[in-house]
Amino acid sequence: MIFKTTTNLFFTALQGLSLTVKHLFGARKSRQSKDIRAKDYFQQQQGLTTVQYPQEKMPIPEVARYQLDVEIDDCIVCDLCAKACPVDCIAIEAVKATEAIGETSDGSVKRLYAAKFEIDMAKCMYCGLCTVVCPTECITMTNNYDRSSQKLTDLIYGFSTMSDQEIADRKSEWTQFQAAKEAAKKK
Amino acid sequence: MIDTIIHIIVPIALFIFIATFALFAVYAERKIAGFVQDRLGPMETGRYGALQTIADILKLLQKEHINPTNTDSILFKAAPILIFVAVFTGFAMMPWAQDFLPANTHSGLFFIMAVISIDAIGILMAGWGSNNKYSLLGSMRAIAQMVSYEIPVGLSLIAAVMISQTLNLNEIALMQGIHATETIKFLGFWEVNQVGGIFAWHIFQAPHLLVVYLIFFIASLAECNRAPFDIPEAESELVGGYNTEYGGIHFAFLFLSEYAMMFLVSMLGVVLFLGAWNTPLPNIGALRLADWTTGLAWGIFWTLAKSMTIVAIQIWIRWTLPRFRADQLMNLCWKVLTPIAFLCIAISAIWRIFVMV
Repeated sequence: MIFKTTTNLFFTALQGLSLTVKHLFGARKSRQSKDIRAKDYFQQQQGLTTVQYPQEKMPIPEVARYQLDVEIDDCIVCDLCAKACPVDCIAIEAVKATEAIGETSDGSVKRLYAAKFEIDMAKCMYCGLCTVVCPTECITMTNNYDRSSQKLTDLIYGFSTMSDQEIADRKSEWTQFQAAKEAAKKK
Repeated sequence: MIDTIIHIIVPIALFIFIATFALFAVYAERKIAGFVQDRLGPMETGRYGALQTIADILKLLQKEHINPTNTDSILFKAAPILIFVAVFTGFAMMPWAQDFLPANTHSGLFFIMAVISIDAIGILMAGWGSNNKYSLLGSMRAIAQMVSYEIPVGLSLIAAVMISQTLNLNEIALMQGIHATETIKFLGFWEVNQVGGIFAWHIFQAPHLLVVYLIFFIASLAECNRAPFDIPEAESELVGGYNTEYGGIHFAFLFLSEYAMMFLVSMLGVVLFLGAWNTPLPNIGALRLADWTTGLAWGIFWTLAKSMTIVAIQIWIRWTLPRFRADQLMNLCWKVLTPIAFLCIAISAIWRIFVMV
């Protein structure tokens, strides 16, 4: 019994040692950085796997589930993305316009100003639901995954292009328009 | 006066060597670990991470001396020093080249065995003094392991000493090369006093010493708490074992003594079994390879090269084999290594009486 265990011990130890020494000498070469869609992706068993990150990067698809980006000119401020978001990381504030203010690239009419369009990337869980519901496909996921920063607030991305002055102007425009309407009704 | 200065210089030189070796060995360990696991190991500090260990030691030296509230502060502080001193004193007897050793005594091997045993007390002090259950568990395991494995180590050393008939490490080394004073025979039939080289090593003078060396190597791994016998440290179960509570320079000394111990046992194995400072190259007719590669510098070179190879094998084993369970550890020691070591002592006796005459 003990004899068998011991011989087994030495035999298996030798097997393990030969395996590790094979990898030790196999470490002279790096594994090639291959696209995961390549057929022989799983065939590489020897060589270094380490990717020296800032110096070299692994290939990733152009549009994968990484950081969000918003093309604000195409946004109709419908708030659907904020409603779809499971973690509520999108904050949108709309200001109504008195008339149609333009068209998006796919022909939808814009009737709202985006006073605030912020995505908190620290909260985002990269599910991609917002990109699915967007009627004008203005919110997309990009191939950008590395945005480290020293401050947590840096991770709140603002996409609105309106200045405070502009927002105030539009708001007062809308209140004036409402007031004018009310006055017309009373007459 | 000159003697006093030499007595001061030698320990300092040894300490510098041990510290440099530890830095190098930690780097080698991390690199080998990396390559074995298809990683790169340290890469950022210096070219190929070469300055990594220097940065590490600088960090350790700058750190605050933390002495947790309920520790037994005398034991806690004395333990790293005792452990290091125990290992460091062992180097006093180690021969680096012919007649080039700090102390040439007739009881060298015995002295080393005695001094290394103090290490166990230091580890128990560290574990007890820390007043931490993980530390205490770790040190208890360490004591059980070190005391048990002292036996196969001792027996394997006896088996080797029976062949060489002396405890003086310088003479033991002398008997394994071209400068041997007695007739030495390869496997007991071919006189190799003139040939030297690898044929004159103890493991080839008496082939059963190869088995003895294997026992010695395995047991010495356990003696210096290296994987696969690292249950006293067992990072995954015991946090860090007896060195859990240590930080800064105290931890640096524990670490240093671990690597010093690795080198010490490797060197002891080399001296007793693998020809010490003697060259592995034999004299072949007119090619006097052994004569050409014998001397003070060559001696130091061969000792270092052989010991480093053994250290590399220790590292390689660490990154291959998983940790033993405590009962498996004891099984291996008492039921396998000890009986085989006894058997080898008997063979040594027979070999000495009937073959070596």
